[in-house]
Amino acid sequence: MTSELMTVNFGPQHPSTHGVFRLRITLDGETVVALEPIFGYLHRGSEKLAEERTFTQVITLTDRMDYTSAMTNNQAYVLSCEKLMEVRAPVRAQYLRVISAELSRIASHLIGTGFLINDLGAFITPLMYCFRERERILDLFEMLCGARITLTYMRVGGVFQETPSEFWPALESFLTDMEYRLDEYESLLTENEILLSRTKGVSPITTDQALNASITGPILRSTGLNWDLRVVDPYEIYNRLKFEIPIGENGDNFDRYLVRINEMRQSISIIKQCIEQIEPGEIRLDLPFLIRPDSGEAYGRVESPKGELGFYLISDGSISPYRCKVRPPSLINLTLLDEMLVGWKVADMIVTLGSLDFNMGEVDR
Amino acid sequence: MLSDNLWFHNIYCFLYTGDTAISGCSDAIGLLPESANWMPYYIAGFSMVLVLINIFMIFGALYTYAERRLIGRFQSRLGPNRAGPFGILQPVADGIKLLTKESMIPDTADKPVYNLAPVIMLVPVILVVAVLPVGEGTFMTDLNVSLLFAISITALTTIAIFMAGFSTGNRFAMLGAMRAVAQLISYEVPVVLSTVGIILLTGSLSLVDMVEAQTVPFILVQPLAFLIFIIGSSAEMNRTPFDVVEAESEIIAGYHTEYGGMRFAMIQLAEYASVLVNSAIITTLFLSGWDGPVSFIPSPIWFLLKMFFMAFCFIWIRATLPRLRMDQIMSFAWKFLLPLSLLNIFVTASEVLYFGVNGLFTQNDLWIMSLINFGVAILGIVIFTKVMEIGTDSNNKYKYPV
Repeated sequence: MTSELMTVNFGPQHPSTHGVFRLRITLDGETVVALEPIFGYLHRGSEKLAEERTFTQVITLTDRMDYTSAMTNNQAYVLSCEKLMEVRAPVRAQYLRVISAELSRIASHLIGTGFLINDLGAFITPLMYCFRERERILDLFEMLCGARITLTYMRVGGVFQETPSEFWPALESFLTDMEYRLDEYESLLTENEILLSRTKGVSPITTDQALNASITGPILRSTGLNWDLRVVDPYEIYNRLKFEIPIGENGDNFDRYLVRINEMRQSISIIKQCIEQIEPGEIRLDLPFLIRPDSGEAYGRVESPKGELGFYLISDGSISPYRCKVRPPSLINLTLLDEMLVGWKVADMIVTLGSLDFNMGEVDR
Repeated sequence: MLSDNLWFHNIYCFLYTGDTAISGCSDAIGLLPESANWMPYYIAGFSMVLVLINIFMIFGALYTYAERRLIGRFQSRLGPNRAGPFGILQPVADGIKLLTKESMIPDTADKPVYNLAPVIMLVPVILVVAVLPVGEGTFMTDLNVSLLFAISITALTTIAIFMAGFSTGNRFAMLGAMRAVAQLISYEVPVVLSTVGIILLTGSLSLVDMVEAQTVPFILVQPLAFLIFIIGSSAEMNRTPFDVVEAESEIIAGYHTEYGGMRFAMIQLAEYASVLVNSAIITTLFLSGWDGPVSFIPSPIWFLLKMFFMAFCFIWIRATLPRLRMDQIMSFAWKFLLPLSLLNIFVTASEVLYFGVNGLFTQNDLWIMSLINFGVAILGIVIFTKVMEIGTDSNNKYKYPV
């Protein structure tokens, strides 16, 4: 039987493309036979803008890359700045950075999970539950630095300010509630027959494929490879902490979902250890207002919720970076779209896009 | 001729003057002069039509408010609460907003079909109200094939969705229409077959007879049929987990992507009113209709209470479950629901042969049948889930070209 192929534009304005992602797909009935991703609708020229800003001002640009997890962006940037200047932040500041980065990871994974289930067609209920928890993380961020989304909390050589007294009890009560909420989500979702039949075995990738495409983060770990920068290349104080790296088996949509849920559990345990270990002390190095690193280059990387986030900085000795190149995990994680989406149904395609958990602010920069 | 329709009878006799032998009114009051004796018939009829249809349409509008409000509570948020007390005037505000929208027709649209589709969507929902026995002796008409009428007239919705999807020239709408035709026709089969058990038990296709036959509510006597009917009707109403026809995250709004303004409002009203109408049919078939345990509460109130409870269940399901995929929905209908409904027919027919005396059953017979049918339902569901492979096994990559 012959049938006519149909070309459909998914996006840039579509309920479930997570921003302004555009996919031009060719359909045979309901099945995707070819696709062409089109990026750039959210391009703001962050890398070029960075060349015009001072080293400290660039931190505000990093907030706007992956806006669901601004803390890890800040962290990656200030770490590469510190590498460039060959300084290290005080220990207390490093603990504060780790705590806020892990909170950011929980917030980002909550959004990822919520939108994944939303793409599965649950009428925004799980999304609202996830946002309820994320709201409390944003409250914590507000206590830390006064902002909720675009945080600019971290500074080269430390963090912005000392934590207020109400932050610690609020953090601990959040962690207690979050553990309970995670159990609740798992009881509602992980055993759900519809969720299982929609995600298990859908769009699997192998470890080799993922490595060839230099995919990182939960998507790589869901294929069964234990690769997490917090362990293989520990930065800040991660080598003082004990935690597991959750991995999957099949690299399918369900494993990606499960890896994120388990990473949230690990993040909670990391923050708890940090609360125990953190001691009073300095929070920022006494650096000049205008930083002038010696000419040279440095690459700093962190494990962001989406994968390996790196900043490659070149300095010519002036007050602004000569070049600031970002390694955006969201963009690089999209390289396997052909292998993941072609041959699957439209409905599966949407779920796979949800499970990749990319962020257009980071993809287009 | 309409003597068992109390509502019609009372109004008619209140107005009619003259020979009681012709009118059948032994207690005629006679408000109108004898020369206007042709009028009471029409006045009584139109008053019923006006009241029932308006009640259902107003409930349909209020149902949109209830759904948004309840789903808001399910999702730990407030829901609409600005217009009027508790936001109760939200449907009015929505209606005014949609009425004042510019009426836009896309260039690619087939204009007559595009304009006609929302009407064809809404009309069957209103027509079904004609046969619903809302209370004891409170119905527009008691057709002797009213169940058949209800089922066949609601099936018209498929055509309306098809028209809407194909006439707009939008590809998402076309995908939605393709899905709609496949899904709605498939689910029509188990839904119709699940009612056969009730037809066998009552020996009639009239909804009034069915309510009167329910000395034991048929939800207990026909549990399997109830499950199939509730699943099938939620598929026919395009509600989660079967809402692939207008799957928001996949094909934006499905067949009504290109509709706006009052046409959109009509489609929405038809969808929400059809939830109420389907709840009413379920109430009539399985929850013993207007019959209530306490008699001092009027029968229409009992009917409405049960209907709202069923509508609440549909809201509950919508707020809870994710969506299935198209092929999973189809295999669920043909591999699971259809064999189960055939099993139900077989078991019920055997019971009717064994217990029935001239097609009549005592209450004890019905209780025994209820026990047997519950066992059959549990066994059937367990066995068919094992035998029929539904679920992750269908997740296979498709090689193109084949």
